[in-house]
Amino acid sequence: MDDYYVYTDRMTVGYDGVPLIENIQIGVRRGEILTLIGPNGSGKSTILKSIIRQLRLLAGTVVLDGRPMAELTERDVAQKMSILMTERMKPELMSCWDVVATGRYPYTGRLGLLTQADRDKVDEALGMVHAVELADHSFSHISDGQRQRLLLARAICQEPEVVVLDEPTSFLDIRHKLELLSILKTMVREKRVAVIMSLHELDLAQKVSDRIVCVNRRSVERCGTPEDIFQDEYIRGLYGIERGSYDTAFGCLEMEPVQGPPKVFVIGGGGSGIPLYRLLQRRGIPFAAGILQENDVDYPVARALAAEVISEKPFEAVGEEAVRSALQTLDRCERTVCCTTSFGEMNRANMVLREHARDCSLLIGIGELEQFVYKGADEHGTTAYIAGDTHGFCC
Amino acid sequence: MQKKENRRYCIGFAGLALALCVLLVGNLNAGSVNLSVGEICRILFEKTGENAAIVWDIRLPRIVAVVLLGGALSVSGFLLQTFFANPIAGPFILGISSGAKLIVSLTLIGFLGRGMSIGSVALIIAAFLGSMMSMGFVLLISNRIKRMSMLIISGVMIGYICSAVTDFVVTFAEDSNIVNLHNWSLGSFSGMTWDNVGVMSTVVIAALALAFLLSKPISAYQLGEVYAQNMGVNIRMFRAALILLSSVLSACVTAFAGPISFVGVAVPHLIRSIFKTAKPIIMTPACFLGGSVFCLFCDLIARTVFSPTELSISSVTAVFGAPVVIIIMVRRQKHNQ
Repeated sequence: MDDYYVYTDRMTVGYDGVPLIENIQIGVRRGEILTLIGPNGSGKSTILKSIIRQLRLLAGTVVLDGRPMAELTERDVAQKMSILMTERMKPELMSCWDVVATGRYPYTGRLGLLTQADRDKVDEALGMVHAVELADHSFSHISDGQRQRLLLARAICQEPEVVVLDEPTSFLDIRHKLELLSILKTMVREKRVAVIMSLHELDLAQKVSDRIVCVNRRSVERCGTPEDIFQDEYIRGLYGIERGSYDTAFGCLEMEPVQGPPKVFVIGGGGSGIPLYRLLQRRGIPFAAGILQENDVDYPVARALAAEVISEKPFEAVGEEAVRSALQTLDRCERTVCCTTSFGEMNRANMVLREHARDCSLLIGIGELEQFVYKGADEHGTTAYIAGDTHGFCC
Repeated sequence: MQKKENRRYCIGFAGLALALCVLLVGNLNAGSVNLSVGEICRILFEKTGENAAIVWDIRLPRIVAVVLLGGALSVSGFLLQTFFANPIAGPFILGISSGAKLIVSLTLIGFLGRGMSIGSVALIIAAFLGSMMSMGFVLLISNRIKRMSMLIISGVMIGYICSAVTDFVVTFAEDSNIVNLHNWSLGSFSGMTWDNVGVMSTVVIAALALAFLLSKPISAYQLGEVYAQNMGVNIRMFRAALILLSSVLSACVTAFAGPISFVGVAVPHLIRSIFKTAKPIIMTPACFLGGSVFCLFCDLIARTVFSPTELSISSVTAVFGAPVVIIIMVRRQKHNQ
């Protein structure tokens, strides 16, 4: 625990004397981001609120810069720790500049008057979050994204050694999510600030954090590096994902597959199949996907969405056995779509599949598939497609 | 930006100071005996002449009291609005003035009925206890219900209960001394003595100075409790200080002038609109000046409009203050939509 800038020692948190999570041992070093993840209601916010002293600890201590926080005065803490919480603030008649300037509060004198140096720091912080043009706007008339940026600027000009943030990216659009986290990253790298935060976006948590704390069922279930934590099976268990799936390599969330005997066979590969997989899933049509090497980019999505996947080992040319089982499946399907146009040494077999489908008049193009999809959905997936011009058409 | 703000503050303060001067002279002039400005100057500097007693013993102490108490009431309102984060909070609306009124009446009747006299300090203490009693109820309710409108409704109800009990007590107290009590319980600045002024100025000025020194935590508190704490404010101490100061200020007013309505709500709101800021370092002195001006103006009307009959000050402040409250609520509603 020596090199941790902030750490908790057997901390027990809860409300009104009722413990929620006991014996929490987490810590963060300077220049590191520690992220709390876990399902809603697991107690992430409670932990953060306890660290910043908004909630009283039921047991244990929080140590800040080598000293228990209980021994520090409000002002001591304020000069070392700044926060960005989810509480909505609605200050009356304050400009954005004024709100950011409140970050200088712990450094001002009795009456809270700002010096020129303070003003410069406020301007600098506004510059860091790219919000200089907002300075004169009223704080109550700005968007959520702008508000979060300004609150981050407020936290920055407080010149903290550690920043605690509760779901800072919720309600932000993707651009602002990325921007906010990049600014945070810059702070961490350049000023060696320690960051403790909670995030709901697993993909982002995985990418920005140095260490992850998983909070689940009212306990700290696991701590570790993103590489340790982000295992498909573990994340599935942590969030109790039953419908759909989460792919940790790509941070990709997929809906649950449509069950049942496959109606459409999709020949994919190299990323060409993904849009079609998702289309069929959306329309509720079970499909089979093939033949994919297990290292193909289509493979994880096919695994997540297809009723059946015919695959080959990574980096192997498609072998006899896979072709045989693919042909079997293809014959059971009502239609076949071929998405890929590139055939090489490894997926020569897919071309065979396509020719077979064309010979059996099963091969259709995307446009026709659309019709099939709609008709199929209308009549509960029965063979309602009226064959039109079924010349082989690759999408 | 900074310069523009500063200019606005300067103009605002200059305007208030000017209004204060004009009203001071006006209040000295007007009354059952009309005095010219020249005469007043002569009396003020030489302290002689046939009307010296009117100016020195009646009008001047009354005016000083109006200035001090009006300002105190308005600052008390500002502190309460900060505390409850509610723009319509004020000592009268929250029933704090009425609580003070009740305890003061009981004390007066208790003492006078036994033929004892009672000093200014004792009155303030009684009023303070009454204020804290009402405040206790309001805090209890506001802890359970976070809704802004409920806070106001509970305050108004507490006010009614206290007023009803006061009326009951006053009606059945059979003492000729208590005739005055009736006037007082409606709110009036009449009958101020220099002794009263001495005591109230000590209390009010001390409380104001403390309120001004709280500017920094107040500005932090305006962002909400969580952020205030992160800025280094000791929340428990600060909340206690805010409650005590606002109660002392409004208790002092009630002890001497009875309950006065709407000053605590209307004046801070007007000041915010004029100065376009809520920064406490500006608001505290500006609210004080504003409260003084507003009360001088209302007292002038109370004394002169139906002269020689004097109106109760609360009726006049209500006429000017209540519309302001309505405007605040309408505006907020619009703002929320």
